Amino acid sequence: MSEMMSLREMKVNQKGVIRMVSGEGELGRRIRDMGLVPNTDVMVIGKAPLKDPVALRLRDFTLTLRNSEADFIFVDSSEE
Amino acid sequence: MDQHLTLALAGNPNCGKTTMYNALTGARQRVGNYPGVTVEHREGDAHHNGRDLTIVDLPGTYSLTAYTPEELVARDYIVERRPQAVVNILDATSLERNLYLSLQFMELGVPVVLALNMMDAVRKQGKEIDTPLLSKLLGVPVVETVARIGGGKRELLDAAIAYTAEKTGDWKPLTISYGPDLDPVLQEMVAVIEKTGFLAERAPSRWVAIKFLENDEQLVKLGLQSDAETSATLSGMTAAVGRHCRSTLKISPESLIADYRYGYIASLMKEGVVRVIRPQARLQFSDQLDRLLTQQFLGPAIMIGILYAIFFVTFHLGAIPMGWVENFFAWFSDVVSATLPDGLVKSMLVDGIVGGVGGVLGFVPLIMVMFMMISFLEDSGYMARMAYMMDRVMRAFGLHGSSVMPLIVSGGIAGGCAVPGIMATRTLRSPKEKLATVLTAPFMSCGAKVPVIILISAAFFDNAASVMFWTVLGGWIAALLVAKLLRSTIIRGASTPFVMELPPYRMPTLKGLLIHTWERSWSYVRKAGTVILGISILIWAMMTFPGLSVDDMAAFDAQRTTAEATLSGAELTTHLVTIDNQASQEALRHSLAGKIGIAMESVTKYAGFDWRTNIALVGGFAAKEVIVSTLGTAYSLGEVDAEAAEGLSIRLAADPSWNRATAVALLVFVMLYAPCLVTVVVIARETSWKWATFSVIFNTGFAFTLSVIAFNLTRALIGL
Repeated sequence: MSEMMSLREMKVNQKGVIRMVSGEGELGRRIRDMGLVPNTDVMVIGKAPLKDPVALRLRDFTLTLRNSEADFIFVDSSEE
Repeated sequence: MDQHLTLALAGNPNCGKTTMYNALTGARQRVGNYPGVTVEHREGDAHHNGRDLTIVDLPGTYSLTAYTPEELVARDYIVERRPQAVVNILDATSLERNLYLSLQFMELGVPVVLALNMMDAVRKQGKEIDTPLLSKLLGVPVVETVARIGGGKRELLDAAIAYTAEKTGDWKPLTISYGPDLDPVLQEMVAVIEKTGFLAERAPSRWVAIKFLENDEQLVKLGLQSDAETSATLSGMTAAVGRHCRSTLKISPESLIADYRYGYIASLMKEGVVRVIRPQARLQFSDQLDRLLTQQFLGPAIMIGILYAIFFVTFHLGAIPMGWVENFFAWFSDVVSATLPDGLVKSMLVDGIVGGVGGVLGFVPLIMVMFMMISFLEDSGYMARMAYMMDRVMRAFGLHGSSVMPLIVSGGIAGGCAVPGIMATRTLRSPKEKLATVLTAPFMSCGAKVPVIILISAAFFDNAASVMFWTVLGGWIAALLVAKLLRSTIIRGASTPFVMELPPYRMPTLKGLLIHTWERSWSYVRKAGTVILGISILIWAMMTFPGLSVDDMAAFDAQRTTAEATLSGAELTTHLVTIDNQASQEALRHSLAGKIGIAMESVTKYAGFDWRTNIALVGGFAAKEVIVSTLGTAYSLGEVDAEAAEGLSIRLAADPSWNRATAVALLVFVMLYAPCLVTVVVIARETSWKWATFSVIFNTGFAFTLSVIAFNLTRALIGL
């Protein structure tokens, strides 16, 4: 069972594979420079006390981004 | 063979680059700024096997785009200064992401030596890296290091020196395939570039072509200046392929390039560079710590505790050496007073120079303690967690999660200081958010405003603690609202992407902390000292000249003679002091500052300030501590100690020109008006003189408007 969803909708401890990154310009570039490119495994490992930003684990490191930035990232998620 | 070598140290933030730099260069370091930007340029010397080396520490970056000053500085350095080699430090625990930057150096063609740092952590994670294989696949030397203990630094320098000896000719850029959509057009672009020699002095043709495809603002602009025709051809090709990519792949060429770079790295990894020997079942230490430290309720609670502890330690521990420095200057000024005859020279030395320099140096212990702790938080990885937890709140005001620390240090808890606060904004990598933080930090209740708050509350209000509480809260509200205002007007614009690494928790090295602290303090003393000395003398002169007229002087002398003739003992002493104080008050009134104060009365009366308050506020521009002591002089009470101003508060409470409305207006004004001189200089250093000037004018205007409102509102409320 898997479906495409935006990274924002993922829950803590949920895993997935990035399928598409739609941001452009500086934001799109920053996201990709940090390794958020298609076919990357990600796992949501936490959310800040106010549910935004979100913390991710990918490529053996931890990254945090705002929900508004997570909206540009689409993930094929597997249930955990 | 004896040639001098320049090696540029590059790498991602938090990869241990600075630790390696410290290990390589020791104390032989020079710090400056790159021209025109507030990015630090550090270089240091090293000797290895009889060779003299200059090591340049480039700013930590994840990429080499034109979006941030750090990245521009790093790549301009390599392109323009052409170091013999780039020593690229990588955090080997996240090799893939770190190699992304390495690839960009290699595409540029500069000789690169890779240092796989934190190999101890890699082994602890149960992983193994096939270094020879990575070296073979990439065709560059790869050395394993553990920078914290200096492990592998000799081998690294050996490899770098040997490699530069081997690579003496042209740069040999690495060619990465960017797929069927971009490769053909890249080839065509390279052909155009090679035919015309377009930007040939700057970089290899393929790199120039890639930067055009990435719409790199800096390079496209440079190209337009040097050869508009070729530049237009290339831009046309870029636009065409851009349309094609967007319609078929729904992606820009710039994005495609980044995707392919990671694809290239993935293909390297598939060769088996990293092997997992012991899979880790349980959470790693850092993740466990995060479960606690960023937990929904505990996280913020612990953060408040840590912030409070830092604050407490800084301003209580820092107060001890600060007291030594102050005592030294007090002693020194006594010595000067005792040796020199009365007169202008003495007055200038004691009140102008010693006072001014002492004021600057008095902050040094505070800055040292503060930076020691800020460095600790930064190097340990906790600072990033603070930004993570606070971002949602700060963003509502157009700020960044990392704005919290500078605001608190500046006086978010009463008694801070905007000088280290503004210097702490260096950790903020988002230019707009940083500027808004720098400009609003001076609204906080710094330690020098506290005596004014105490004086006013003692004179006009019963509950000093509640006055203090409301002024501190008022400072926060003003800072956040003004930040919001600035970010929606003159510093308008979408927020800089937050996308930030949460580095694993690490124990900082003492050496790193000490070097960092020393650098900050020294650069503060050197840069701030000179400007402040000059302006201190200027303000002293304003409050001294032209002084009493000959007639007035004679009148006071006559009073003294009469007193000496008619009185004796304690009575005489008291009377003489009264005369002296009246003389100082008259002198201040006749000084340039006094004239300004009187001239300003026509405006300041709307906030209820008379000329005495005005002079004190003018003097307060030099340092807010001066406000209370100048008020003392203006009310002919002689020099009033800011810490013990009971006499002055009684005097103010009894003065008919003072009431609660004036008191509230003064509190509002002192909280918000122009930052003190030292702060202004630091603002200029962290941003530019333009913004420093802005903060003086804007804050004063803002403060005045609000204090007029506060004055009239309070008057209406208490029925005057």
